[in-house]
Amino acid sequence: MELVKNLMIILFTGILTENFILNKFYGICPFLGVSKTTNGAVGMGLAVTFVMIGASAVTYPIYHYVLVPLGTEYLKTIAFILIIAAFVQIVEMVLKKYVKALYRSLGVYLPLITTNCAVLGVTILNIDNEYGFLESIVSALAGGVGFLLVMVIFSGVRERISRCNVPKALEGTPITLIAASITSLSFVGFGGIVDGIFGG
Amino acid sequence: MSYMKEFTKGLLRENPNLVMLLGMCPTLAVTTMAQNGLGMGLATTFVLVCSNLVISLLKRVIPDTVRLPCFIVIIAGFVTFVSIMLDSFLPELSEALGVFLSLITVNCIILGRAEMFACKNKVLPSVLDGLGMGLGFTMSLIVVGAIREFFGTGKVFGIGIMPDLIEPMTIFILPAGGFFTLGCVIAIIGVITKKKPKKIGCENCPSKDACKSYAASSETQKEGA
Repeated sequence: MELVKNLMIILFTGILTENFILNKFYGICPFLGVSKTTNGAVGMGLAVTFVMIGASAVTYPIYHYVLVPLGTEYLKTIAFILIIAAFVQIVEMVLKKYVKALYRSLGVYLPLITTNCAVLGVTILNIDNEYGFLESIVSALAGGVGFLLVMVIFSGVRERISRCNVPKALEGTPITLIAASITSLSFVGFGGIVDGIFGG
Repeated sequence: MSYMKEFTKGLLRENPNLVMLLGMCPTLAVTTMAQNGLGMGLATTFVLVCSNLVISLLKRVIPDTVRLPCFIVIIAGFVTFVSIMLDSFLPELSEALGVFLSLITVNCIILGRAEMFACKNKVLPSVLDGLGMGLGFTMSLIVVGAIREFFGTGKVFGIGIMPDLIEPMTIFILPAGGFFTLGCVIAIIGVITKKKPKKIGCENCPSKDACKSYAASSETQKEGA
């Protein structure tokens, strides 16, 4: 029970109170670049979620069974980025060969994800927070779902902005960032929700 | 003279952060204080100069097809060096920057300059380009950090300025304030340089060549036009 509760806390914290985009600022580039349409936002969000979970599952054993016994923890940034790059490449090839439909909808976003800080970020955070294997997977899932959620919400906001009259100086990027600021403010409202549900 | 140009273009005209709109994640995340912005900016500048130097030296050795992974490994090496150094000599700063210190590896400014400049140019211009871009990034981090710190806590660089005139508005050091401040600063830079900041999107992304969504979207744009 304790384990399940712990995992649920990680899940809700990751999705709502410590959202990857709005609270921790991981993956701002895809957030601002690909959120113009809802379809793109969903595709990017799903691809990021998938790669984050995969990368967490692969980096955990490598860190704990290769880097730690050899006393080379300081190499984790280099090792992880290579693992992520290789993982993304393999996923792309497998999808292309065996799951054509999925490749058409998600494959286009895969190469971008290697340099997405959300993916490297979650793997390093898992190590810094000393999560176990299961907790790492759940925290990656929470990060990914939170990412997807915000991408979808924000793509709706941007569709509305594109039909508005914006002051000339703020057109384009500035108004997008200000809209993101208000969206982020609305997520502040979730503060304390995790404590409320699980009683601290 | 042209060397001077490589250096100065990064400061304002092609500021990687405020005009090219690259590397937004650290800009938003570490700028709750001007001090952290300065530290992050200088760490990034160091990595950028070193990686530009090494990549421009190795540009004939690195095979074209695997250049991105090679660049990333070179960059990650320097990032590891910087984070070990900061851990030992400036532990407070290292603590404040947290995971974003490791995330310099995936900062698109560094990969972008490697891809757009260092792998095509000689060593000296590449180093100057890296230095200019890095200092431009540092400046924008300090500006955003100072604004947020001033309105959020009434201080700049930890020193109280006019403490009685404004009531600290905590919202500026919340994430929402980060987005808001950066939006305003980009708008102001756009007015000063009389140039619209580039649209956020795939045009400036260092991995756009590898990315099929960019090719697909530019094709549909052409068809539309």
